[in-house]
Amino acid sequence: MEINIEKILFYGFSTILLGSATAVIFSRNSVRAVLFLVLAFFACAGLWLLQQAEFLAITLVLVYVGAVMVLFLFVIMMLDINVATKEARLVRYFPLGILIAALIVSQIIWILWKGGSWVGIQGDMNPGESNVSAIGKLLYTDYIYPFELAGIILLVAIVAAISLAFRGRRRGTRGQKIKEQIAVRSQDRVTLVSLKPTIRKDL
Amino acid sequence: MITLSNVLVVSTLLFGISLAGIILNRKNLIVLLMCLELMLLAINTNFIAFAHHYADLAGQVIVFFVLTVAAAESAIGLALLVVFFRARQTIRVDQLNSLKG
Repeated sequence: MEINIEKILFYGFSTILLGSATAVIFSRNSVRAVLFLVLAFFACAGLWLLQQAEFLAITLVLVYVGAVMVLFLFVIMMLDINVATKEARLVRYFPLGILIAALIVSQIIWILWKGGSWVGIQGDMNPGESNVSAIGKLLYTDYIYPFELAGIILLVAIVAAISLAFRGRRRGTRGQKIKEQIAVRSQDRVTLVSLKPTIRKDL
Repeated sequence: MITLSNVLVVSTLLFGISLAGIILNRKNLIVLLMCLELMLLAINTNFIAFAHHYADLAGQVIVFFVLTVAAAESAIGLALLVVFFRARQTIRVDQLNSLKG
């Protein structure tokens, strides 16, 4: 088993990924759990880079670390959940959870051990073209309908999230009053005043 | 050389960890959502490993769509969480019993 830089990076990123995922589920503080989740996403982006998925690795960092994790942090800091986190952890389900997870993992690894592909791979994935342009061509030709559906899904998510969390306008805050804004006429807003011209004599 | 099965073992372990987190966690709905994100991450890693193995970009395109849906899911989930917290003043998972008769 020879040691090369690819292997070192792979095992390093995998160790960070699995360690921080374990820290996410075992940390008592929610903010700390989110920060460990950010670390897990960074490590996974490194793994994806090793698999020649450059565009998706950058997208993972931008979208997840930049947007979704910040959303998690906002919600955690907005809700006052110190009361909830200080309560003792229920250990009743501990054996059951570990058992189910270990069962599924050992089954999959057993199958991989018997029939998995342990030989190294093949050639370049993006010959003569960058990963971004290859994915872009594919997205805008073969997958154009799913791409537009993804946009609609994001729109629905925006509408749903706002309509769930919006509690109506509070008193004393400024906002748009659409009926009045449309019905306004120029005579209501602008007053023309006729002024007599004055000439300065001292110049 | 990193083989396909190396990556698959890592993502299987990640999936197992997040599954254990979902079963173990009884107190915090936010940690539940985070475990869901970790599960989706494991599945995406599988897709990317197979895309690399077969030198086919379709796997990466699917990961793109899964990322989109996961972002929408977490946004709506967090909005539901905020609404639930306003109604019950708690986000404990075992308090989610409003529909129990």
